Amino acid sequence: MAFEIVQLEHVPSSYRIHLALFRNVKNAGFLHQQLLARNADFEYAFIDASTIVSRVHLLSAVFKAVNSSVNGTLRTPNVHSEIVVSLSSSSNIADAYRRFGVSPSTSDLFVVKVTFPSSATPEPPSADSISQHLTDNVEGDAVPATNETIQTITDVRAVRKSYKLNGLAWLDAIKDELLKRQEMERLILGGMALRGV
Amino acid sequence: MTATAEEAAAPHEFPLPKILTNPASTPPTLITQGAEGRLYKTTYLLPDIPCALKYRPPKPWRHPVLDQRLTKHRILSEARILSKCRRDGLRVPDVYALDEAAGWLMLEWVQGTPVRININQRLGSRTEGIEDDDELKDLMRRIGAAVGKMHSIGVIHGDLTTSNMMLKPPAQQQQTTDGATGLEGEIVIIDLGLASGGVHDEDRAVDLYVLERAFGSTHPRAECIFGEVLDAYRQSYKQAGVALKKLEDVRMRGRKRSMLG
Repeated sequence: MAFEIVQLEHVPSSYRIHLALFRNVKNAGFLHQQLLARNADFEYAFIDASTIVSRVHLLSAVFKAVNSSVNGTLRTPNVHSEIVVSLSSSSNIADAYRRFGVSPSTSDLFVVKVTFPSSATPEPPSADSISQHLTDNVEGDAVPATNETIQTITDVRAVRKSYKLNGLAWLDAIKDELLKRQEMERLILGGMALRGV
Repeated sequence: MTATAEEAAAPHEFPLPKILTNPASTPPTLITQGAEGRLYKTTYLLPDIPCALKYRPPKPWRHPVLDQRLTKHRILSEARILSKCRRDGLRVPDVYALDEAAGWLMLEWVQGTPVRININQRLGSRTEGIEDDDELKDLMRRIGAAVGKMHSIGVIHGDLTTSNMMLKPPAQQQQTTDGATGLEGEIVIIDLGLASGGVHDEDRAVDLYVLERAFGSTHPRAECIFGEVLDAYRQSYKQAGVALKKLEDVRMRGRKRSMLG
């Protein structure tokens, strides 16, 4: 299964970040339900992959959430919900879940799991057990989370709406699609960094 | 602190901000120290994304509550202005991440050199023919256009100098290309730490005046072509003429309007 452990700069070594991308997900409704039921076995960030433009976009949200977790300044119940909220450029938490989180209609899904030793779980779950749990519970095809794959999944129109990137004449004027995407990513990072402040 | 953190901290005389004590592929380097804060070169997310980290350390001489509030305010204000500029199509560093409570702001690492260095290299020891240097004049025009664009979107820089502008070389430029003048590239305005929103011609004029004076003392031999900057500025947005008219008043009296402060 295409399951990776991501090493991010300036993240304490006790934190471990696991990342997986599933396509053709059949049971998004079930996964969504587990989150709503606060099922403790499903402590994951489930992200609708169509809202993501690149790895850096997603990893930025992870970095922000981990930083809040380290500082003890989470605005949501845990680091996983914080990842979803960190994707948003607004401070509205419910809106962020709705826009970026898994919904029953999600077909391409990012799963991020952040583990670190805490008083409740001094020994965080191993990568193998996480991988196994996902394989057992997500009905979909695990694929490597490359930028090439992400680009085929992105719903650019929805992304532009979420990050209020419509009506920027200079952005529309860029002919080179690759460059345009890059610039979009940059604007998104700025929007996320400033969310709600 | 862990062992890695101490290793990374060793070459610095200042204690690192907490975020930089976490492990990274390359140790952060201190680039400059300003009156308010320090600038480090480090990495964002991945080893191949260089970034600039602006850190405003706590000021022990200020009341802690006031200190926290001022630091927060300044970090956010700079980040907001950068983000606004970028959205409106002015080339400034991208905002990657920030933690206003911890006092840091992570920005894109802009490749290239400050315009000051490009100009000085170009001038070398020349004293003649500067007013006929078309490539240098073209650079001046790009500066004027960038400043005009900034003013047109309602941003006042507050500290315009040729050190606060980077010349970012074109992406696929070869170092050894024949005919390269060292003046090609895109102007990226940096350090908007003193910037503010403003659409008053008075503020714009003062911004230009500061640049004019700074230019004159940094590049006295190139002062003769500074007019190119103002000329390009004039053409860059509609109300530029009014700001330039105001500049004449400001030249007469200096940058402070009131006699206070």
